[in-house]
Amino acid sequence: MNLLVCISKTPDTTARISFKDDFTKFDESGIQFIMNPFDEFYSLVRAVELKEQFGGTVTILNVGPASNDIIIRKALAIGADKAVRINAEPTSAMFVAKQISEFVKDKNFDIIFFGKETIDYNGGEVMGMVAEMLDLPYVHLASHLDVEGTTGKLDRDIEGGVEKVEVEMPFVVSASKGMAEQRIPNMRGIMMAKRKPLEVVEPVEANDLVEIVKYELPKEKSGVKLVDPENVEELVRLLHEEAKVI
Amino acid sequence: MKILIYIDNRKNILKKADLELAYYGHLIGEKHGGDVVAMVIGSGENAGELGKYGAKEVLNIPYDGDFDVSVFSNMIAQVAEQTGADLIVLPHNSSGKPLIGWLAAKMNLSSVAGVINIPDYDDGKLEFKKGVFSSKAFAYVKTLTDKAVVSLMPNSFSPEEVGSSVDVNTVEVDGGTPKVKVAGIEKVEGKVPLPEADIIVSGGRGMKGPENWGVLEELAEVLGAATACSRPVSDVNWRPHTEHVGQTGIVVRPNLYVALGISGAIQHLAGVNNSKTIVVINKDPEAPFFKAADYGIVADLFEVVPKLTEALKKYKAGKG
Repeated sequence: MNLLVCISKTPDTTARISFKDDFTKFDESGIQFIMNPFDEFYSLVRAVELKEQFGGTVTILNVGPASNDIIIRKALAIGADKAVRINAEPTSAMFVAKQISEFVKDKNFDIIFFGKETIDYNGGEVMGMVAEMLDLPYVHLASHLDVEGTTGKLDRDIEGGVEKVEVEMPFVVSASKGMAEQRIPNMRGIMMAKRKPLEVVEPVEANDLVEIVKYELPKEKSGVKLVDPENVEELVRLLHEEAKVI
Repeated sequence: MKILIYIDNRKNILKKADLELAYYGHLIGEKHGGDVVAMVIGSGENAGELGKYGAKEVLNIPYDGDFDVSVFSNMIAQVAEQTGADLIVLPHNSSGKPLIGWLAAKMNLSSVAGVINIPDYDDGKLEFKKGVFSSKAFAYVKTLTDKAVVSLMPNSFSPEEVGSSVDVNTVEVDGGTPKVKVAGIEKVEGKVPLPEADIIVSGGRGMKGPENWGVLEELAEVLGAATACSRPVSDVNWRPHTEHVGQTGIVVRPNLYVALGISGAIQHLAGVNNSKTIVVINKDPEAPFFKAADYGIVADLFEVVPKLTEALKKYKAGKG
């Protein structure tokens, strides 16, 4: 099976977020960057598992600058075979989608994996764009993926339940929690990753269709009101009269 | 401005999230001048009700097939062309999330996922606010094309009646052949989907084990709340992963979030801190969650939660 896993770089989940230039730019100083957890824990690991089961190749694709190579090497250490980095700043979903579809269009990937969204811009738009541009079937929010012959059998998270879907390869999938379990790369994987091929290709021209003009931090809470555990009726009163939520 | 809202009504039940879309469209139209057209895929029977919440026109696309991104996108794109829509509004849920990217690419539209405000409108361009860094911050995103597609985060606006029912017109559009086959649906009966829930009661490691969830569920029942959990709880399978709220699970913004035995790690706070009101019950007064809370009780949850449940029962009985 010929599998492609598209990965993004995001700030670490514990990162405190701040902005610079009058709240127009994300301040990257002091931020530890990681592979987007939805890409790493679920889609990458499932792709590696399928390769182990059926044979084939797992290719990593990232759109980003050279500083992203560290997370690409981690993906290789987890079990991918080779990687391609498209050498451009990922400025918007549409820009990234154009780069990915341009790269994918003349290759024969059976499944193109994404995480359901990145934990920085929380869009989840790129994979739908890629599926449309390549005219491929697309299953979003998949928490389970099996392959039988040339058919993908997936569970898709829907409100209050799960939809069981079947789709012929090739297809695009986005992974939600449950598709696989996180894998910690071992020393052998890390050593091997250093020798695996990482090809750098130049981007195609593409426009951004949106622009972030400003950021804002949430308002600080004014401080917690502590309620005496012996007087829970007071909490009921506050929720009704003050917060007006019950 | 012509605002097109998309509603999946294959089950013939208009949900609060659907009314919210109509009302949201109405608010944008009220601020910037414009009308709301609702396109309702599935049953048109009750769809005229959307008029009460702001839709000026309701178009029904009869369809009883399964959800398929390409079929639904094709239908939406055709209706958008026919009605001359400037802005397409989708719900930010399991159907709107896959549709937004597809539609943006198909129609070459600016797209913003998970919007939460009534946009500013200047020189034909819209400026939307959305949560970023999993609700640790907000971004104002400006559209650069004349037309746009956005998805509205559930629970951003409380739908209000602003008009009366309207006639439903049937429109025939062909979405083409589905690319994905739905083999079946497994429903978790009677559960409120987390992103749409008004009230959520959530448990962390302080619950000590899955056998203790009764105390949480009783509180949830009296509040009419959905149940959720922190990541460690879903990682050890005390609760299903679909209940995991936080940065790597589901981001929610209910009116009331009640946290039982959750310390409040930054990854968890990221998923919940846009809740309107947060109540934290934890026996550790140093739990970081108290800093993000509106109300707190420092106590053993197994002692105080049953008392709270009783007090709420009395309150509800008194009200009813």
